[in-house]
Formats: sequence, structure tokens, C-alpha cells
Amino acid sequence: MFSTAGDPVLRLRTFVIRRLLLLIPVLLGVSLFVFALTRIAGDPAAAYITEKMGPQQIAIIKEQFHLNAPIPEQYYYWLDGVVHGNWGYSKVDGVPVTTAIANHFPATFELTLVSMVIAVVIGITMGTISAVRRDTAVDHSTRMVALAGVALPIFVLGLIMQYIFSYQLGWLPINGDKDVQGLYLINAPSWFLSNGTTSPTGYLLLDTIFHNDWTRFIDALQHIILPAITLSFSSIAIITRIMRGSMLEVMNLDYVKTARSKGLPERVVIKKHARRNALIPTTTVVGLSFGGLLGGAVLTESIFSWPGLGRWSAQSTLTNDWASILGFTLITAVIYVLANLIVDIMYAYLDPRVRLE
Amino acid sequence: MAKLKRTIRDTQQDAIAQLKKSIKPRLRELRFSLFLARKSLLAMIGIIMVLFIIIIAIFAPVLAPPAPNKDPMEIPQDYQLPKPPGAAGHIFGTGLLGADIYYGVIWGARTSIVISLYIVFVAIVIGLVLGAIAGYYGGKMDELLMRITDIFLSIPGLILAMAVCAVLTRTLENVMLALIIVWWPPYARIVRGQVLTIKENTYVEAARAVGAKRSRILFRHIVPNTLSPIIVNATLDIGSVVLVAAGLSYIGFGPPVGYAEWGKMVSDGQQFFTGTVFWQGVAYNPWWVWVFPGLFIFIFVMGFNLLGDGLRDILDPRLRR
Repeated sequence: MFSTAGDPVLRLRTFVIRRLLLLIPVLLGVSLFVFALTRIAGDPAAAYITEKMGPQQIAIIKEQFHLNAPIPEQYYYWLDGVVHGNWGYSKVDGVPVTTAIANHFPATFELTLVSMVIAVVIGITMGTISAVRRDTAVDHSTRMVALAGVALPIFVLGLIMQYIFSYQLGWLPINGDKDVQGLYLINAPSWFLSNGTTSPTGYLLLDTIFHNDWTRFIDALQHIILPAITLSFSSIAIITRIMRGSMLEVMNLDYVKTARSKGLPERVVIKKHARRNALIPTTTVVGLSFGGLLGGAVLTESIFSWPGLGRWSAQSTLTNDWASILGFTLITAVIYVLANLIVDIMYAYLDPRVRLE
Repeated sequence: MAKLKRTIRDTQQDAIAQLKKSIKPRLRELRFSLFLARKSLLAMIGIIMVLFIIIIAIFAPVLAPPAPNKDPMEIPQDYQLPKPPGAAGHIFGTGLLGADIYYGVIWGARTSIVISLYIVFVAIVIGLVLGAIAGYYGGKMDELLMRITDIFLSIPGLILAMAVCAVLTRTLENVMLALIIVWWPPYARIVRGQVLTIKENTYVEAARAVGAKRSRILFRHIVPNTLSPIIVNATLDIGSVVLVAAGLSYIGFGPPVGYAEWGKMVSDGQQFFTGTVFWQGVAYNPWWVWVFPGLFIFIFVMGFNLLGDGLRDILDPRLRR
């Protein structure tokens, strides 16, 4: 291809383009695998049939979606539909799969983002402290917490959170993303009931801010705290471990010793010199744990009745909703692979020693 | 005759000396490994936790004798509301349909050990064969196998397992099958990377020079040397497999109600979560129905994680001395 050795911007662009092109075979493979799964068991026509349809309509559907054709041909038509935005019909929600994904996506994204922020802030702080105070009581207890965070099942942690903070102490709501009985049912806001124009983003926290509706903002915030902490726990553990490790490595490097011997205060050495470089490997882990959060969201959302993609996908798999299963598997694969790509780009940007190839 | 006897004795002594010589460094290594393990407190705690689980799994028939002519994996039920810990004959209380929690957590140890060992073992075998072939033969074969691996790695594990479980009937065996599909790709990657470095070694070249077959070189000379990182990974994975399997049965895949499986027991117990039960005139919130199985999952996973961490420090020669 082009020789772009000299120009870093061009090199980045070719790298991104190449990686995006590599996505195509991977996603094709994912779709082929999941398509094969749905054809192994169950009637594929069920994905497009609603309860109101009679046998004649079902025959029409079968004809329309080429379900009487040979399997490879079926795959071609199904893929054609996916590319053109026809992902089938979600039985669980009673709407097309694309609409269901669009409806559920904001709740999951909001939850993931909030828990990501919690995980990054706590994980980096704990990891830094643990490395600076190596082999002290603080370090040992931090490491124990980090190990326990990976070992505790997310659904048990969620139950513990609900039990302590909702059931026993009554501080926070037990589940859901908003107070459906008090605030929303009796005194529903006009912007929430009408769609499109008055609920600009679909993200509850953002929308309440846009509408200057602070009562509901605080309500939404209270609802998101427990699930977000639950979801972030395993990421906190991983980030703490990596941060501690890379901090220890960096603290032994020559330039940190130089900074110390220059007479800089220890606080400055740690914050400005050591931590900045120790953050680089941590960034990678943050990006990679994004995939873990997507998986964890299934369990967290099921425990907390959070109206996101995770709970929807758990419900669809339990009710054999083929179109939805295909839909969410594809969408999570896309999100996951894109997150990994972003991690790689950020890594190269943060660490000039890494070369994009 | 006496001469012959002496020769025999000499050869015997020679053989013993030889054996001692060959065993000695190995023994020393083993002793050193044990010394390192003892020095690491966390690894010791891990070993104790793992041993605890293994012992209750082995002695399950003694600790919680099953009723005769009944599947021991089915928890005995008395079809009453949950009773608190300490109620007659139930140290950990009872749960949904009056299932004995103590019996469930004891036999659940067997379920967890069996599924995790089985899944990790099969995943390693698949990963080992595919990864070794990809790394050793290279070229188109490598490209093809690694792209297939990429496909499986591009879906988060729990979601892939859910998709596979969805098309199969809801049994524990099918959960295991789904988890094997999730778990082999990382092993294929690790083995491939290892093989790529090991095959450049001179002893591989030497084996090739004496005319060993390619398959023999691969499986006798290269693969055994990839095992150390695999063992560490496998120990850590045994814990993760139990976590994900418990998560799947919490969502609703996996064994039916009343089966001794910790994740299922937690999810069965959840329906009493904010409820109240009365026992001998006293009101209780039945926390025990989900706390005890949850605690056992935690001990299992924590134990194997600590052990795996310790093993990494012990087996990695760069970290040893």
C-alpha cells in the first residue's frame, strides 16, 4: 500500500481503516455463527410472526422472508435484511428488533458509563495508594478487596447491596430506573410521555437536566447508584490490580529517580511523573473491561429490573425470541470490537513508543 | 556364581544411584516450590479454601446423607415456607419449597467442581490442538484458525453462552457445552503464541535434524513446554467458569428448581428477598436462602483465584529467584 512511514496522522488513518476493514470478516463470522445457531433449533419464521397472524399470513411471511429456500440462500436474504435495517420482530417487546435496541440502548449505556466512571476513579486511586504504600496494611487490604471483587458473583453482590441499602437502611430505591409509583405514575412529566421532541436524548439523567427537572434528576440518580456500583465492582478490582502493578514498575524507572533527586516533593513525583505513565496500561484495561461490563449488565440489569439491553436480552433468550437473540448478539459484538479498536488507538496515542502496524 | 551376584548387585546399585541422581534436582525443585508456596500467605489461604471445597465434595454422602433410592443431586424438600437456620435438622435453614440449604451447598460443591474441571479440561484440549497447529504450521492454516478464534472472542463470554443456551434445551449439560464454546479461544491464542516462540529453539531444530516427524516434534517437544502458562490460566479459569455458570443458572438456564447448584439456589432464594416468614411465632426475613450458596460460590472462586495467583509466582522462572 502507500508508504506513510513519515506522517503520524496518515499512519493513524491507514491503521484505523485497516482495522475497520478487518471488522467485516469478523462480524460476518459472528452473524454466520449465530444464524447457524438459530437454524439448529426452532422455527425461524417465529421471529417474524406476531400473535395476530393467521396461517395464511404465516405462509406469506415464510414466502416473503424466503424461509422455504435452502439454508445458504436463507442466510443471504437474512443478511440482506440486516444490512437494510430489517432485523426482524422482537416478541418480548412487541416492536421491531431495531426499535427495541434503540429503546433499550440508552439505559444500558448510561448505566455502563456511570459505573465506568466509578470504577476508574476508585480503581486508579486505590491502585496508586496501594503501590505507594507497598506492603503496608493499606496495600494488603486493597489487594484483598481487589481479589474479592473478582470472586464475588455479581448477582450476589447486587443482592447484598439491595439488602443493606434498600431493604435494611431504606436509603436507596430497590430497583428500576425511576420512581414509577410516586413521581412518574401520578405526576408524570409531559416531556416523558411524549416522544421525540421533548425527550431529546432518551438518557434519563441528561433529559432531566435539559428540562431543569431536579426532583426527577435526583430520583434518577438515586436509582442508578446501586446498579452502577454493583456493575463497577469487578472493574474496580481489575483496574486496581493493573494500576498497582504498573505504578510499581514505573516507580523504579530512572526518570522517577531523577525527579526525586532534583528535590521535587514526593507528591509531585507521584502525581506528575509516575502516575501519568502508569495510566497507559490502565487505559487498555479500562477499554477491555468494557466488554466485561456488557456481559455484567445482563446480570445487573436482571437483578435491578433495569430497562436496558441486558435485561431485554436475558428475557429474549429465555423466551426463544430468535430475532432478538440475533440482534443483541450482533450489536454487542459490534460494540465490543469497536471498544477494542478505540483502546488500541488510544494506546498508540498515549504511548508514542507503540507503533501502529 | 558369586561374581554374577556381585555384578547384579552393582548394576542394581548403579541404577538406584542413577535414579537418585535424576530425581534429586526434581525433588529440590519441588521442595523449593513448596517453600515458595508456604512463604506466600495468600496462596496458602487459597489452598485451604480449595481443599475445604474438595473435602466437602468428596465427603458429601457422609456430611449430608441422601435419602435412599433418590438422585443425590436433588435437594430434599418439605414443601413448607423457609425456616431459619437452627430449625430442627436444618443448620442453614430451608429455602424454596422447604429445600434444605445445608444439603444443597454441600452437594453443590460436587456440581461446581465437576462442571468447572470438565469445561476447563475440554477447552484446554481444543485450544491446545488448534493453537499448536496454527502456531506450528503457520501460513493459511494459521490465518484461518486465528480468524475463527477472533470471531468467538468478539462476543462477550456471558452473551455468547446465553445465545448458545437459548437454542438448546435447558439442562446443565448444555450449559457446559455453551461454556466450552466460550472458553477454548483464549487457550488457542495462548498456545499459538507459546508455540511461535518455542519452535525457534535449537532443540526443536535438533529434533528436526535427526529426522523426527513434524507431528512428533509438535506434540512431544513443543506442546509439553507450553503447559506452564496453561496451568496458571486454568487454575484462574476454574473460578471464572463457576462464576459464569452460576450467572447463567441465575438468569434461568441450567438445572431445574431443587437441583444442588449454588447459582440456582441463589436465584430460587431471591423470591423471598423482601418477604417475611414466621417460625415459631417470630418474624424473619429469609436472608439465609441466598447468603449461604452465595458464600460458597465466593469461597470456591476466591480459593482458586488465590491459588492461581500463587502458582503464577511459583511457576514463572523469571519471578522465582
